[in-house]
Amino acid sequence: MTAALLDVEHLTMRFGGLVAVNDVSFSARRGEITALIGPNGAGKTTVFNCITGFYKATVGRIVLRHGDPLGEAELALLTRRGERRLKRRGGTLYLLERMPEHLVAEDGRVARTFQNIRLFSGMTVLENLLVAQHNTLMFASGYTVLGVLGIGGYAKAERAAIEKAEHWLEATGLIDRADDPAGELPYGGQRRLEIARAMCTDPVLLCLDEPAAGLNPREKADLTDLILKIRNDHATSVVLIEHDMSVVMEISDHVVVLDYGVKIADGTPAAVRSDQKVIAAYLGVAEQEVARVEAEVGL
Amino acid sequence: MSGAAQARSLNFAAACKDAGAAAVIGFALFLPLVGFNTVPNLNNELVLQTRFGTLGTFVAIITAAAFLRTLVVAPWLARRARLPARAPGKIPHWLSRRFAPFALGFVLIYPAIVLTLTGPSGALKWIDNFGIQILIYVMLGFGLNIVVGLAGLLDLGYVAFYAVGAYSYALLAKTLGLSFYMLLPLAGILAAFWGILLGFPVLRLRGDYLAIVTLAFGEIIRLVLINWIPVTNGYAGISGVPRPTFFGIPFNANDDGFAAVFGLPFSPIYRTIFLYYLILALALFTAFVTLRLRRLPVGRAWEALREDEIACRALGINTTSTKLTAFATGACFAGFAGSFFAARQGFISPDSFTFMESATIVAIVVLGGMGSQIGVAVAAVAMVGGTEILRELDFLKEIFGKDFDPVQYRMLLFGFAMVAIMIWKPRGLVSTRDPSVFLKERKTISRDLVKEGHG
Repeated sequence: MTAALLDVEHLTMRFGGLVAVNDVSFSARRGEITALIGPNGAGKTTVFNCITGFYKATVGRIVLRHGDPLGEAELALLTRRGERRLKRRGGTLYLLERMPEHLVAEDGRVARTFQNIRLFSGMTVLENLLVAQHNTLMFASGYTVLGVLGIGGYAKAERAAIEKAEHWLEATGLIDRADDPAGELPYGGQRRLEIARAMCTDPVLLCLDEPAAGLNPREKADLTDLILKIRNDHATSVVLIEHDMSVVMEISDHVVVLDYGVKIADGTPAAVRSDQKVIAAYLGVAEQEVARVEAEVGL
Repeated sequence: MSGAAQARSLNFAAACKDAGAAAVIGFALFLPLVGFNTVPNLNNELVLQTRFGTLGTFVAIITAAAFLRTLVVAPWLARRARLPARAPGKIPHWLSRRFAPFALGFVLIYPAIVLTLTGPSGALKWIDNFGIQILIYVMLGFGLNIVVGLAGLLDLGYVAFYAVGAYSYALLAKTLGLSFYMLLPLAGILAAFWGILLGFPVLRLRGDYLAIVTLAFGEIIRLVLINWIPVTNGYAGISGVPRPTFFGIPFNANDDGFAAVFGLPFSPIYRTIFLYYLILALALFTAFVTLRLRRLPVGRAWEALREDEIACRALGINTTSTKLTAFATGACFAGFAGSFFAARQGFISPDSFTFMESATIVAIVVLGGMGSQIGVAVAAVAMVGGTEILRELDFLKEIFGKDFDPVQYRMLLFGFAMVAIMIWKPRGLVSTRDPSVFLKERKTISRDLVKEGHG
């Protein structure tokens, strides 16, 4: 078995006295779609925020592997050293819990979308996709100095960036709206644009926070096609939070279920679907369970 | 009575009622503002004077305006609203497209126009008080536009960087004897350094809190200038600041002066015209650099920061350095403007760098439409030129009485103008945003979609 792309180990997140996530461990394998599900308030978005660096985990280790997987010895060495990353042969190890959020995105190449859409609504669709390629373009413009003077290869880099943006606009069906402000797109279009913007950062891991929320059945079908295409055609693995079980069961390779901040199940969609604990968490306790408890207390 | 006549008499009654209400409100408002005036007498005691004549004129004007509004303007607007809707208040295409080159051509030949119209002695005032004064504010507006308009960081202490530039030039020119052209970039760099210094502590602040801290920063700089007497000479200021030369040729009456070298009769107008073109070049440089920056990734990152900071971070943008570059770039242009100001005046004191200046510059940026270059330039002309032109309105004395001084009312008019703009054009004079890049077609973006930043 190859090592996972992302390992979340013993993740705990406390906000004062509230334990939002309690000792959760799971893996997301390369080239797979991993779904993170659970009832409202289960701590799914908190896990996302810890992975992407927006929250600093109280306890736990989050390991991301680029390229050839490195062994346990290297991981132990990196953990001991207190550094953020370890580069060896053709692979790199990152400890995401030690990185600020913009470095998780830039170096770790982890892209994310938000539950409540966060687009640059006053900028055009194309501008949104160019902002996503900020670091590449910043380097091409000589960190602004050469760009202001008009020397260096900035014009060429910008053309390449626009081409990449066009590719993702076509993939998401937004090419005709490229010059419209992002805030004028319909809701489904905004959701797709957020995914296109995340993909413009060339991520190895894409984290989608409820991508199907508020979409109609047709848009949901388009979205599942898009996510499958991202996994199949690009070297991008996906972790997604989703409440719509039809979407989750259709596209995920692996499902992790959280309830009250604790992991209650982990496995293939079919296995999770028939797991008693999951059913209890979603639908309340099963009837025979109620009968058994009632018998125990003597009712 | 016919229906039309009935409606007219109804209108007339409503107009009288409105006029009466306006008269009462106007009287209550202007009685303390205009009706009373305190002046010091010979013993330096304040004496209350009444100006009921002027008050009466004010109230009469308001009453008449309210009467006409209800009787004439409101029915006219209602009729117009019933007509088939036209394109909603769009500026004709040719005007918006040709305004910038036309305005640029005008400012380039402005000294020549004034010289032919008023002659050399009259032109001095028009080029200096209007031309140079306005252009300094245009440049400051462009500079602040980067911080407030693009990056969405409300900076109420912008005058601090203007002061840093002015004092840097004045002190270094006097002590080291370096030329204006050497010190201009140096003043910009020093101001940018202070911009970064201010930037660090306010990185985590947003909105009102950011505004308060920047405001305090402006005051701190001013108080340091007042109290650090060994260096800045306190309230007395620094006089005898070296004037800029014509690339080495001084503007004086000596044999090696500008007039003598070019075989012209000596006149102070040459220096004024030279200063005019100097500040024009500086302002155009600021506009040019800002336009270029907007099309570079750093400019897009500033605008993205204004739109959504969290999304920026999720895309790998280092928001710390992005904010600091915005503060530094804005401050750098204020430093240039400040050193020009010191060189033009020949004298600087802390009085030139009060909060009022910051407020004026912020007002220019907000009135112009945040992020718009042309809007800011027009707003600077209106705000600075408007207050200057009040000095020229002597005919108002015929209406309001002999002791009426229009300059005293500039703050009142300033307030009226702000209220009027906020009612009719809440997003500023130029209320669209130009995208920095386009695929097929350049479409302007309504300001309603553009966020103003978290501060």
